[in-house]
Amino acid sequence: MLNCRQVTRLVSQSMDAKLRWYQWLGMRIHLLYCVWCRRYVAQVQFLRKAAKELGLEADAAPAHKLSNEAKDRIRTRLQEASRNDPPPSQ
Amino acid sequence: MSVQPLRTEHADTPLREKSDLVDPERWLDEYGDVLFSFAMVRVRERSTAQDLVQETFLAALKARGSFAGRSTERAWLFGILRNKLADYYRLQSREVPLEDPEKVPEEEGFFHASGPGKDGWISRIAPKPWAAPDASLVSKEFQAAFQECVSALPEKVAQVFLRREVDEIASEEICKEFGISPNNFWVMLHRARMGLRRCLEVNWFGPKRDAK
Repeated sequence: MLNCRQVTRLVSQSMDAKLRWYQWLGMRIHLLYCVWCRRYVAQVQFLRKAAKELGLEADAAPAHKLSNEAKDRIRTRLQEASRNDPPPSQ
Repeated sequence: MSVQPLRTEHADTPLREKSDLVDPERWLDEYGDVLFSFAMVRVRERSTAQDLVQETFLAALKARGSFAGRSTERAWLFGILRNKLADYYRLQSREVPLEDPEKVPEEEGFFHASGPGKDGWISRIAPKPWAAPDASLVSKEFQAAFQECVSALPEKVAQVFLRREVDEIASEEICKEFGISPNNFWVMLHRARMGLRRCLEVNWFGPKRDAK
């Protein structure tokens, strides 16, 4: 019988790779009777979904902002590079 | 600084029709902060994140002739930044070898270390039911809580997690970037999931939420 520690590892592993049939079976059997691990499965799957959906959205309200000094420095650098490499004419 | 509304015509219109807008300085104003923020969550150091943003714009400047408007300008810049991050991770893995995550018990404190319930959840911190998790996805506060929980993870663990789950890079590719074995890779992912799950439960889905 697998315990919760083993099952949580397998749950995570199963999200990125195929389990061996006996690992998969052991995990399923454990989940039949363990409500904590069932919640764990649902919740880590939610984490995956959240990460995906928040991925770029997370930038909608940038948590960090470039300082003005950094902006100026990058701007200067871009202007220099622009001069050396004029825009392609179309 | 004025806040640019996202997903307006600027962000989502293919560049081809707007070639008169190709302007690195406008990139800086429009995308500087979002790119910087994206990089900060991953590298956690202002100067490194600034360098990555600068590198991104310089590469974009070089490549802008070949940008054919197949994607949005925003997605294009993010794509370049992701490549720069991959380079950065590769370099880091050569300079600072990852400590062996096997040495760090990934689920420390979650399971009974001994006794009849050995390796079972400690009931006090076992997963609790979450109320309507999907509804949280649209919440700005949830977004902030999620980011904060990611920041609370060990840096490398967070990087691997974001690389896999946000950037959706293939596992083998991530192993190469970070110079880790497949086993280390999934141990780190497991740690990330254990930590994030718990953090969100405490800080978002827990009783504190009702008090908000």
